Amino acid sequence: MFKKLLNWFDERLPVTATIERHLTKYPAPIGQNFWYLAGVLLIVVFVIQFLSGIWLLMNYEATSERAFASVQYIMRDVNYGWIIRYMHTTGASAFFLLIYLHMFRGMMYGSYQKPRELLWILGWLTYIILVAEGFTGYVLPWGQMSFWAAQVIFSLLGAIPVIGEDLLTWIRGDYLISGITLNRLFAFHVVLLPTLLAVVVFVHILALHEVGSNNPEGIDVKKKVDSDGVPLDTVPFFPYDVVKDLYAIGIFLIIFCSVLFFFPDGGGYLIEYINYEPANNLKTPDHIVPAWYYTPYYAMLRAITFPIGPLTAKFLGFVVMAAAMVIFALLPWLDKSPVKSIRYKGIYSKVFLFLFVISFIVLGYLGSVAPNPTRTFLAQIFTIIYFAYFLLMPFYTKYEKCKPVPERILVK
Amino acid sequence: MRLLIFLIVISSSQVFSAGGNCGVYLSEEGGEKGVCDNVDIDHLDLPSLQRGVKLYMNYCFGCHSLEYARYNRVAADLGIPDDLFMDNLVFGDQKPGDLMTIAMKSEDSEQWFGVPPPDLTLVTSLRSSEWVYTYLKSFYVDNSRPLGVNNKVYENVGMPNVLANLQGVQRSVCKLVPDIAENSGLKQDPLTGEIIYKEKCGFLEVDLNSGELDEEAFNENLRDLTNFLAYMADPIKSERESLGVYVILYLILFTIFSYLLYREFKKEVH
Repeated sequence: MFKKLLNWFDERLPVTATIERHLTKYPAPIGQNFWYLAGVLLIVVFVIQFLSGIWLLMNYEATSERAFASVQYIMRDVNYGWIIRYMHTTGASAFFLLIYLHMFRGMMYGSYQKPRELLWILGWLTYIILVAEGFTGYVLPWGQMSFWAAQVIFSLLGAIPVIGEDLLTWIRGDYLISGITLNRLFAFHVVLLPTLLAVVVFVHILALHEVGSNNPEGIDVKKKVDSDGVPLDTVPFFPYDVVKDLYAIGIFLIIFCSVLFFFPDGGGYLIEYINYEPANNLKTPDHIVPAWYYTPYYAMLRAITFPIGPLTAKFLGFVVMAAAMVIFALLPWLDKSPVKSIRYKGIYSKVFLFLFVISFIVLGYLGSVAPNPTRTFLAQIFTIIYFAYFLLMPFYTKYEKCKPVPERILVK
Repeated sequence: MRLLIFLIVISSSQVFSAGGNCGVYLSEEGGEKGVCDNVDIDHLDLPSLQRGVKLYMNYCFGCHSLEYARYNRVAADLGIPDDLFMDNLVFGDQKPGDLMTIAMKSEDSEQWFGVPPPDLTLVTSLRSSEWVYTYLKSFYVDNSRPLGVNNKVYENVGMPNVLANLQGVQRSVCKLVPDIAENSGLKQDPLTGEIIYKEKCGFLEVDLNSGELDEEAFNENLRDLTNFLAYMADPIKSERESLGVYVILYLILFTIFSYLLYREFKKEVH
């Protein structure tokens, strides 16, 4: 009976073939470690954000008069509205934390190298969309920090030479950040960007299953296959990797729910204290800081304090900030190393990757505190280190001595 | 790299932010504290919350709305019967399900105080409970101000000292305090060995018997009031935390079984 039904579908839609290709027969390399869990957890968080977003949408009002009050209405009057909202706020930070871990994994094990260039670029695209999604969502509660963060980010457009001011007014839809701006950010946040994100993530996974997963050794498992053409050092994704992921999801949810139920503000990092005051365009907060996941880039923006010719410091800061995000996409072509994984790369790659991580963390801290001359100087130094990781990569990966990569994955 | 570490170390005082958030509040020892007084916030202490809401409705609610909260919800959360709450703490014809708004128009209050008194539903989340507690006890007589009082925590604030009849008349006074030497010990006269005093101002002192409550009782009242405001900012806290325990326990159970499953399958791989 069931077989017959399945046949009926299979003649019209590749049901069995799809399940086999992506689950039961997808060869997952053995020896994938902790860092390989971020991907599946990102999907979990995406689902959390998508569902909690729908329920928030049922009660949120996107007008400058009611936005702040409607969030409090969700927190106080809607049954379990607080769980829904805290899921969404905690989820936002979890999303960025995991995508940074996921990107770092790729950088560490060379997951962007041939043949995974397109896979990497699709992933980078999800990150860029997520940055926009995070920013638009951050404005919606219409607190003081929402308003002034929007003010800062939009004003960057005004720094573009010649067309800046007109472009700014056009995009903002008003002469200052207002309910009109709120409405268009709302439309982006709930329709345009999540749709794009879902599509790009889907294609990202298709691309992954085409070229196959990398592994911490950076060994191409497709070189050694058994008589059926299945790579030797792999296991079927279902059930072997699925049970592993299930275990990881359990641990992740324990951490996620501990934050949600016991530290929903995250000490002012997940929900900033200043945002407990409704937006007020006449009262500028003492210092404006973005959410923690943007602070490295914000530090770079503020680090550029000098104009060059007709270009203002603000515009140059904007360019540097944008370049810092865009440059990830060039990694497949910057890396000239014959090996993928950091385990077999030479000392320079290790040092530069370490410096990159340090600079990202230091810039993240500097972006979250009020600037002073010392901090600005440090931000300039670490911005240079950040870019050095990328821009010097063609040289240090070419001339360093790499270790030989084994043929097979050895699992301890 | 070494230079960088050196720079980081010598400039760390500039890099890492220091100090509290309670302005120029001075402690009894005379040192500039800059940090707020501690207050024992306990969202499960219902008697304290009940005393707090009583104080709030009598002293604060005339000017400061709680516009995101509802009367009956507060009554229910604080274990006060609806009718008792409405009869004794609500002075108009509001209904139990109404939002806790006030009758004072913001245009009027802006004329009277310079700024309309802010809504206080979220004040402890915005500024912290310690700030609210310290702020409320830091009013002092200052005849240069329109309302005759100023505040150590929030300088030149437009708010009168509404709790003055409980606290009494508090003044900012000068005192002789032992001078602090460069080695952070007490400064002594090099010949006689006597401790050198110097005058320091900004101490808060209440005129004897000018208020209805002594200092301890007044602080206890402030603690109840702050506790109530902390509840107001996060009314779901007790439910959130008790539910959280069950959620985490379930997830631990789930994770244990998923681990056992994972372990079984792992045996096959090797």
